Amino acid sequence: MHEMSIALAVIGQVEEAAEAAGASAVRCVRLRVGELAGVVPDSLAFCFNLACAGTVLEGAELVTEAVPARARCEPCSGEWAVGMPPDLCCPVCGAATTELLSGRELQIVSVQWEDDPTRAPIREPIHEER
Amino acid sequence: MCRVVDLQQAVLAKNDACAHRLRAGLAARGTIVINLLSSPGSGKTALLEQELVVARRRGVPVAALTADLATENDAVRLARSGVPVKQVLTDGLCHLEAGMLGGHLDGWLPDDTRLLFVENVGNLVCPASYDLGESLRVALASVTEGEDKPLKYPTAFGLANLVVVTKTDIAGAVDFDEAAFRRHVEQVNPGVEVLLTSARNGTGSGALLERALAVADGAPVHSPVMTRQHQDHHHDDDRGRTHVHDHAHDPQRDHQHASAPAPAPQQRP
Repeated sequence: MHEMSIALAVIGQVEEAAEAAGASAVRCVRLRVGELAGVVPDSLAFCFNLACAGTVLEGAELVTEAVPARARCEPCSGEWAVGMPPDLCCPVCGAATTELLSGRELQIVSVQWEDDPTRAPIREPIHEER
Repeated sequence: MCRVVDLQQAVLAKNDACAHRLRAGLAARGTIVINLLSSPGSGKTALLEQELVVARRRGVPVAALTADLATENDAVRLARSGVPVKQVLTDGLCHLEAGMLGGHLDGWLPDDTRLLFVENVGNLVCPASYDLGESLRVALASVTEGEDKPLKYPTAFGLANLVVVTKTDIAGAVDFDEAAFRRHVEQVNPGVEVLLTSARNGTGSGALLERALAVADGAPVHSPVMTRQHQDHHHDDDRGRTHVHDHAHDPQRDHQHASAPAPAPQQRP
């Protein structure tokens, strides 16, 4: 399965962002995973925990927000949950000109990290602080 | 100090950016990639052997790259056609990524190549997530695999620009229900064309080549519903500096622009 490749991609991007912002330790990574993204969250979490070892993300928690897949029919404007396996033809008029509103997300939403007090960020922070 | 930082980055942004560069670079020299996805044993290699021979006979400059976990058997088979062939051994990795493909093309792919067929690792799950810079993605299923294959692997079939059925010469022997298969394809990928082929009796010989040549000549490519999502187009200014679009806009794989409004910026607690 490709969850290890996905985990490594997540870790690589978070490492880069943490380095640029001068963060010392990443505590939590929040992902948005669509129903049609083709990724199994449990498998991803397993790979993530293993692959974080020895990086600034060691011990970080991976939180995944599942996003249901929804589609919209252009001709009749109906909206529906496509389900799994997905039904992408309009259940009302049968049109094939559907548009997917959600479900393909595979995205890093946010990261929680500790700032390193001993060093200034390489560049300005890239975020909104809260 | 502990803080939460919005990143809003697509996980596969690097692969997608790499695929976009590869597609643009190849297009500039007149080459398109055809990415073939199927389960192991569905007949990708047999179909490709046939198409490469037809291409050679017609004088179409084609090349093929085939990926497997182990053995060079497929490259040996494909090379009999006489066209340039390269075997990639993934060493256990279940899919190809755009960067890997690009690395293998450097110094190998002949300049005049019009069509590069990439036979992905036999797997209907993982390869579906990775754009390789292709202009035509083809999902294949043989008649022995069951009519519900498109429902079991909705991402692989749902993201395909073309679906190919293989081994139709034995369709009768295995009671293949073509109408049910087409119905299931339509459910996950409305409007996609389904080609029927048999490498053994020659049914559909040259059809894949013709579709690929049409794409290379600029014919419109079927746009699957699953690629028509306007996800991640958050345009709030504070994310601008780290924002990475999760898919590159490319005329070869253009998707229809949504008439629906972009998703509202995410409200965070």
